[in-house]
Amino acid sequence: MLSAAFASPELWPIVRLSLSVSLSATVAATVLGLPCGAALAIWHFPGNRVLVVIANALLGLPPAVVGLALYLALSHSGPLGGLGLLFTPAAMVIAQAVLAFPIITALAHRAVEDLWSTYGDALMDLGASRRRALPVLLAMGRLSMLTAVLAGFGRTMSEVGAILVVGGNIAGYTRTMTTAIVLETSKGDLPLALGLGFVLIGLTMMISAAAFTVAGRPTW
Amino acid sequence: MFRVLFVAIAMLLAALSPPIIDPAAAQSVTITLASTTSVDNSGLLAAILPLFTRASGITVYVLALGTGQALDTARRGDADIVLVHDPEAERKFIDEGHGVTRRQIAWNDFIVVGPEDDPAHVKGGHDAVAAFTAIAKAKAAFVSRGDRSGTNALELRLWKATGIDPKSGADTWYRDIGGGMGQALNTAAAMPAYTLSDRGTWLSFKNRVRLVIAIEGDPHLINRYDVIELNPAKHAHAKLAEGHRFAEWLVSAEGQQAIGAFRVQGERLFHPSAAAPR
Repeated sequence: MLSAAFASPELWPIVRLSLSVSLSATVAATVLGLPCGAALAIWHFPGNRVLVVIANALLGLPPAVVGLALYLALSHSGPLGGLGLLFTPAAMVIAQAVLAFPIITALAHRAVEDLWSTYGDALMDLGASRRRALPVLLAMGRLSMLTAVLAGFGRTMSEVGAILVVGGNIAGYTRTMTTAIVLETSKGDLPLALGLGFVLIGLTMMISAAAFTVAGRPTW
Repeated sequence: MFRVLFVAIAMLLAALSPPIIDPAAAQSVTITLASTTSVDNSGLLAAILPLFTRASGITVYVLALGTGQALDTARRGDADIVLVHDPEAERKFIDEGHGVTRRQIAWNDFIVVGPEDDPAHVKGGHDAVAAFTAIAKAKAAFVSRGDRSGTNALELRLWKATGIDPKSGADTWYRDIGGGMGQALNTAAAMPAYTLSDRGTWLSFKNRVRLVIAIEGDPHLINRYDVIELNPAKHAHAKLAEGHRFAEWLVSAEGQQAIGAFRVQGERLFHPSAAAPR
C-alpha cells in the first residue's frame, strides 16, 4: 500500500499542494480566529453570547455546504465570479479557512475565558487595559492555543467535501491528498488510496509533533 | 516562542508556496475542460493531453464530472469547452444556446456487468432491455448512478424501454447511489449487484472482485463522446479560441491517432470516429 503511494509520480506535488493549501488556510484562520476568540472572552457586549453560541455551533459546519456556497459565489455567474478564483488553489484556501475559523475561535474563546476569570482582575489591577491583556492571555494559554490551531489544521488537512467542489480536483493543479484518495477509490485502486491515506496521517502527525516541540518549550 | 513557531510556519509556507501561484499559467495559456469521468479515470486524457500541450502550448485543466454536471458547469460559465457523452443532454445544451459546434471524437460501448453467479440469468446476452426486464423480475440487486451522468441517462432510457419503473424496487433491489461510475462499480462489486458501465471505466477499474460482463454488443449500448464548443453569444468571456484549437486537435489526424493508440491491458478503449461518426 505504502509502496504503491510512494511509487506514484504524482505523490510529491500532491503532498506539497495539500500542505501549502492547508497551512495557508490555517494561518489565515489563526490570525483571525485567535484574536476573535480572545476578544469574545474579554469584552462583554450585547450579542456576545450569541456570537459564542454561533462559533460553537459552526464547529460542525458541513464542508460540502461551505464548498457549495463558495462555488456559487465564485462561479462566473456568481457575485464574485470576476475574481476568477474558481478551480484554483486560492479558492481551496478560502474554503478551508472558513472551516477552520470557527474551530480556532471557539477553542481560543474557551481557553481565554478561563484565564480571564482567573487572572483578569490581577491584570487590570496592574494597570493593563483589556486590549493589552489580550496578547498576554494568548501567550499564557499558548498550549491551549496550539491545540486550537492544530484542531483547525486537522480539519483543513482531512476535509475533502469543500475543496473537491471549489478546486475541481484538477490533476497537477488542485489535486490534494484527500481528493486523490477519493479519486483512486473511485478508480478501484484501493491499495493506492489507502497508501495515500497513511502518508496523509503520517504528515499530520509529524506537523503536530513539530508544533508541540517548538511551542511546548518552557520560556523560563 | 510564538515567534519561533510563526517563523517556522512562514518558512515552510514560503518553501511550499509555488503551487499556489499557478505554475502553468505563468508560462502558457490554460483552458478548463469540463469532461465526463470516463475519459479521465480511464487514463485517456492523461495519455493524449501532453501531446496537445506540446503541439499548441496550451495546458488543459480537466474537471472530471458526470455529463449533467459538466454541462451545468459550462452553463454557469466555469469551463471553456466540454467533452461529454449524452446525446439528449447535449442537444438540450445546444438548443438553450450554450453550445455551438458539436463533433464526435470517439466511441466505445456500454456494458451491463453483474455478479459471476448471475442470479437473473442474463449472462452472455446481447439485449440490454431484455436483461433489465429479467433483473427486475428476479428482483436481483441493481446499482444505479442516479447522478444525471451520461451513463445514468442511458440506464433510465433502458428502464423506460422495459416499461418497468425501477423506483418501485427502491427499497429492495434497486439501489440509487448518487455517485460516479467508480463508486457504482465499487458498490456493485461489494453487494454484489448488476450495474451499467461504460467499457473504458470498466477496463481500467481495479476492484472488480467477482463482477463480470453480463451483457455486451447491444446496438442500444453505443457510447458516443462529443466535444462541444461554447456559443460566443453566451460565453464571450470563455477562452473560445483556445477551446476551438483543442476541439480541432481532437478531430485532427494527430488527435484521432492519439485516441486510437491509447490502450489499457492491450485493449483499445476509445475508437476514434471523427471522420465517420457512428
